[in-house]
Amino acid sequence: MASGIKLQSVRKVFGGNEVIKGIDLVIQPGEFVVLVGPSGCGKSTLLNLVAGLETLTSGHIHIGEICVDNVPPRDRDIAMVFQSYALYPTKTVRDNITFGMQTRKVPKEEQATAVQEFSKLLQINTLLDRKPGQLSGGQRQRVAMGRALVRKPEVFLFDEPLSNLDAKLRIEMRTEIKKLHQRLGKTAVYVTHDQIEAMTLATRIAVMDNGHIRQFDVPEVIYEDPVDLFVAGFMGSPPMNMLTGQIRRGDRMYVETPSTEGQDQLRFPLPGRLADRVSAADGHKVVLGIRPEAIFAKGSELPGSERFVFERPIDVVEPTGPDTMIVFDVAGTDLIARVRPEDAKPAGTPFLFEVDMDRAKLFDAKTGLRL
Amino acid sequence: MRQRSIDGIVRPKGVHHSLMRILLYAVLGLFCLYYLIPLIVMISTSLKSLEEIRQGSLLSLPRSVTFDAWAKAWSAACVGVRCNGLAPYVWNSVLMTAPAVFISTLLGAMNGYALTKWRFRGADTIFALMLFGAFIPFQVILLPMARMLGLMGLAGTIPGLIFVHTVYGLAFTTLFFRNFFMGVSDGIIQAAKVDGASFFGIFFRLVLPMSLPAIVVTVIWQFTQIWNDFLFGVAFTIGDSNPVTVALNNVVNTSTGVKEYNVDMAAAIIAALPTLAVYVIAGAYFVRGLSAGAVKG
Repeated sequence: MASGIKLQSVRKVFGGNEVIKGIDLVIQPGEFVVLVGPSGCGKSTLLNLVAGLETLTSGHIHIGEICVDNVPPRDRDIAMVFQSYALYPTKTVRDNITFGMQTRKVPKEEQATAVQEFSKLLQINTLLDRKPGQLSGGQRQRVAMGRALVRKPEVFLFDEPLSNLDAKLRIEMRTEIKKLHQRLGKTAVYVTHDQIEAMTLATRIAVMDNGHIRQFDVPEVIYEDPVDLFVAGFMGSPPMNMLTGQIRRGDRMYVETPSTEGQDQLRFPLPGRLADRVSAADGHKVVLGIRPEAIFAKGSELPGSERFVFERPIDVVEPTGPDTMIVFDVAGTDLIARVRPEDAKPAGTPFLFEVDMDRAKLFDAKTGLRL
Repeated sequence: MRQRSIDGIVRPKGVHHSLMRILLYAVLGLFCLYYLIPLIVMISTSLKSLEEIRQGSLLSLPRSVTFDAWAKAWSAACVGVRCNGLAPYVWNSVLMTAPAVFISTLLGAMNGYALTKWRFRGADTIFALMLFGAFIPFQVILLPMARMLGLMGLAGTIPGLIFVHTVYGLAFTTLFFRNFFMGVSDGIIQAAKVDGASFFGIFFRLVLPMSLPAIVVTVIWQFTQIWNDFLFGVAFTIGDSNPVTVALNNVVNTSTGVKEYNVDMAAAIIAALPTLAVYVIAGAYFVRGLSAGAVKG
């Protein structure tokens, strides 16, 4: 049975600088929670607080049933994987893995069995007598994982463990971490700034910004139902298109883009569901959020009820293989559309874009909150 | 040390460049000679007989090599009024240098480790104050230290000299280790904390083995400083407890009898040999240690 983690109004101040500004978070036993946010948002600090590597300024942390506010890291029944791997350079892989057991005076036979089991699982059983300096990046990563796994702790903490790996290896290790979690069923807290890692690994994602948690929910909701502009802008790659405009009420509700020279204004019709919910007055400043995949070439997808078609010249074409990104300009903002490669046209040609307004999100321009 | 291949370097060719290279090596050779001549003179003089020194020129090589002067310097030269040679004083220096180097290096390593990896309030201030110790002119502390050693009952003894060298070495050893540990990833210490190791457990089992380059640099530095020290030796020891540097002075500056240049030279080389030996043995590490911030995890 894994332990859950409970944070109660956790605050951390570094020399007058408040880094964590009162965070409440309940992590269920066996969950895989990813803390994601831009650099400097406090996610690593929060993880270090859970690990006990930093002291709380105020608030409480529980791991399982135990309040660990004054418990040193070694007694918290945690294991941690660090961004820099933090392998002990003078020790062999075997000693790196068993160091934690050695300090805890675990019997030699038990150590050997544990090394056997996990080195095989992580495919490092041929490397046991090497020093970390003789290993490749991916191998070091596996050893660091092994060192965390071997003690069978209740909670795993990961501090951007994949950010030093090359792209291909990162995807491999990502899958492997997910497999390991499914197999072991232990609670895990994982810090990353990579929103794709967050989406793929998490059972729930906590999006952090500036010492606060903006939203804590399952990946699908974070992506499809962001609470504010920050979450919407942070999750997704390429990022969500953000178009400022004004609410116009007529026979139906529109978002009207500002007028710019040489371009006619666009009026994005809001679908009924969204229009019913929004009480904002005529002329209210809003941000219309449309993900790139909700803009495509006219007629390239099955017809839907809430479609809006407009024409704009293509500025830039960026093929990625499966899709082609088309950058174009609306009222001075660069927008990105994700189209099928066969629909793409060269830069400069006028192009008919179709927007699925059912998937559009509306935010208040002033507060950033979702409408 | 690792030799890098220089085959691949592209060099300009032509008469002009060849001449410039010849000039370059000529200048380098000249400087080399300039540095080496005193040593050559010392060695060759120490191998001559007193007779030959009086007749020959300073730069000429010995006609017949004799080790008499060395033997005399080692076991029969007169230091003050006693004529037992330098041997007992070399032993004094060893007895003083070895513990002083060991203790100051170990404490410096602990200081550096605590100052960088267990950050506490005021760590930078304490470090700045310790650094100050590296800039104190030693003449300033002679009198207060003499009084202090007197109070401690260590005046005129080798343990007293060890104490002084340890205290005044700490500024440098702390500086060396602190700067080395700044380059060691904090993650390693954090990982060890999570793994359950204690302050000293991490220090002795992880940090110290990692800091071999820093240890070598510090040991060379401290050994050279302490072995070569004259001021503390002459101020805080008397007669039998003199280190070899003070004894050498007493041999060379004797005002009675004939000036035995060959014995003086041999004695000076004997006093300098240990530091030379340390450089030769550990010199490669010295160079490597200076650029060894990069211990990758």
